[in-house]
Order: sequence, then C-alpha cells, then structure tokens
Amino acid sequence: MQIQVNTGGNVPLYRQITDQVRQAIAAGQLQVGDAVPSVRQLAKDIVVNPNTVAKAYAELVRDGVLESQQGRGMLVSARKNVYTKAERLRRLDQALDVAISEAITLHFEMDEILQRMQQRLEKVGLSRTS
Amino acid sequence: MEDNRVIYTEDLTRYFGQQAVVRNLNLAVPRGAVVGLLGLNGAGKTTTLRMLLGMLEPTRGHATVLGKDSRDLTPEDRGRIGFTGEGHFLYDWMSIRDTEKFGRDTFPRWDDRLFQETVDRFGIARLAHVRSLSRGQRAGVSLASTLATAPELLILDDPSLGLDPVSRRALNETLIDFCATRQRSVLLSTHMLDDVERVADRVAIIVDGRLLVNTSLDDLQSRVAIWSVDGTFDPTRAAHVPGLIHSRPLGGRWMLTVADPDAESEAAIARLSATAPQRVNASLEDIVLAYLSRSRAEHSFYAGAN
Repeated sequence: MQIQVNTGGNVPLYRQITDQVRQAIAAGQLQVGDAVPSVRQLAKDIVVNPNTVAKAYAELVRDGVLESQQGRGMLVSARKNVYTKAERLRRLDQALDVAISEAITLHFEMDEILQRMQQRLEKVGLSRTS
Repeated sequence: MEDNRVIYTEDLTRYFGQQAVVRNLNLAVPRGAVVGLLGLNGAGKTTTLRMLLGMLEPTRGHATVLGKDSRDLTPEDRGRIGFTGEGHFLYDWMSIRDTEKFGRDTFPRWDDRLFQETVDRFGIARLAHVRSLSRGQRAGVSLASTLATAPELLILDDPSLGLDPVSRRALNETLIDFCATRQRSVLLSTHMLDDVERVADRVAIIVDGRLLVNTSLDDLQSRVAIWSVDGTFDPTRAAHVPGLIHSRPLGGRWMLTVADPDAESEAAIARLSATAPQRVNASLEDIVLAYLSRSRAEHSFYAGAN
C-alpha cells in the first residue's frame, strides 16, 4: 500500500489517509490481518504531522476497518464492509456519473451503454443474481 | 490537575507608542501540538513570539510558558525552549564541526544524533564554513543547533523564509521527526500554507493583532464553508450574511466564505441571487486567504475614510 497525500486541496489530509486505506482494502492490496505502518513511520514517510496520522487511524479503528493488536501494531480487521451502505451507494453513483457523462458525450444510447456494461461485468465474472 | 498547555496567554497586549500591535491575545498551545501561526506581515506574530520568549514586556495581560510567567523565565527554563528567529544567527567564522563542538560544550543535554541527522538532511558538509553556506543550509545548521539542545518547546519565526524547495522539504522532515513522540510542541510562524497543512495539527490566525482563529486544522476545515453565488456586484454589500468572513469575485460569480454557517446563514445566502447558490468545499488556503484578505480590505477602507 502506497499512501500519498496532496496539500492545497479541499480534502483534509487525515481524510486522504482514511480514504486511501479504505481503497487499498477494497482493492485487495491490503488483506485481513495485514499490518499498516505505525503512526510514527507513516508520519515520517509522507511528511505529515503524527497527530494527523493518529486521528486518521483512530477513525479507521472506530469504524472497524483497523484494529490495534498488542505487539503487532495496527492490523486490517476481519470486517468485510469498510464502507457503510450509504457510502457504498454514494461511491458507486460517483463512479457511474463519470462513465454516464462520458457515454452521453460520445452519443451512445441507453441500450448500447447497458449492453456494454453487462458484457464488461460478465467479463470480470459477475452475473445476474435473479 | 496537570496543565496540558505548554503556552497560554491571557489578554496578552502590547502597544508601541499609541499603536496596539497585539490586542487581548488568548492563545493556547497544548503539549504535543504543532501550531501554525499565520498572519500578514505586521499582524503581530513576531511581537507575540518575543513576548512569549520574555524578550519583550507585555503592556497588559500575561503569557505562561512551560508553567512560568514569560517575564520570569530563568536560564534553566530557557534551556527547555528552542528558538530560531529570522535571519538564522550563526558565527560566520566557524565550520559546521566547530558549531557542533561549541553547542556540545555549551549545552548539557546536547543531542549529537539530532544535530547530525538534521545537518545531513540539508545536505551540508561537516567541514564547510558557515560563511560559505547557502541560505537554506544556514537555516539547516541553525535549526540543527536549536534541536540538538533537546527543547520541549520549539518556537520558530518564519523558518522557511527564502528557502529553496529541497531545504523546505528538509525543514518539514526535521520538524516531523522532532515531534514524532507527540510529547514535544512547536509554535511555527510562517506564510507557507502547504507546510502548515503538512507539519501542523493546529492553526492560529492573527489579524491586526487580534487572534481570530485558534483551533485544529480539521475543525477549521469542517467549520468554514464557501458558497458560490451569481451576481455582478458584491451581493453581501446590500445584505447581511451571519458568519461571513469574506466575499470575492470569481469569473462572474461571488465566492462567499462563511464561518459556522447555520440555517440563518444559508437562508440569507439563498436570498442573494435568483439561481440556487452552490456550496463548495474549502481548502486551507481558501480559508486563510479569506481571513487575511478581509483584514486587507478593511485596511484600505479605513485609509480611504481618513
């Protein structure tokens, strides 16, 4: 997992850290039981105040994404959903909005878009549940 | 109860002649915090730091530093405070090695590791003479000398002034390393907002000698919002918006920066234009600029009125 933060934006640094840890877990780069860098180490690596890193980790622990284990540091916890249902929907919509807006710009019709979408989903092994 | 504040001031005020340079300042620095002190030149930052260090008497109020009134700091107390001022004072005729030896002989708790790591980070040769150093390297040696005294509290007055990007990076890394244990505290006066966002966890904004903001970075970013409103003329000239910090034009729209917006503020903003106002997220720079620009605008207004 490579965490990188950017200053000067409208997303606070601690939020950039929590987002990237959640994304790394969602993408499978971090597995259950994997350790994340210590507060001190991550602060040093990304040159960010250790209190800011500690705040990010505290939020991830509170949300059940990470857990602190004696002697082993901070680990990815067993819980599956790192996002709430509402947050998952919000993120899905956000990703779809980008794709939809691009598809419309390229003059595709709804049927073509849906058909294409289905093909791609089947390609990665997803199928209709009904 | 143990006091968790390494610095706190109560109505700290300083006049120079008739002019109040620092007015009723109530600033607190918790142990383990890195506070970025922001403000325009002449806002009172350096005067505040000089009072904290006991180098200048307050006209009114007082400052408590490491549990003592700043006017009564003993040499031992001063040994627990590290200070690097503008210009980075060093002896020009010494080499880096001489500077290190001088420090080691002068300070009982001199930390060789901190000195060497800092000097290395700034890429400075041990045998170089102080007079041959670049501005960034001078800053590095000066900072190394201050940190090596193992202070509990570090006070820095504009340390990044005139530094190249590599030296600025080295400065930030050094400060992060310094506060890694989260027990040492830093008060950092600067104009570099990117550095504050990285290195600090709290911000204090001084405008015309008054402290307008003194809170955590996250709290500041969550409590200040920006609305984008249609209009050719500044819509806030005719209507009152509760919590308004500053209003500025941007491409045919007006950006309204508002602190602690409530239903009343939102309603007031909604009445300003025919189209629905859009709320946008504020960056640290947006927020700080809003506070500082307001001060500048008021200055010109007063100048015009006189």
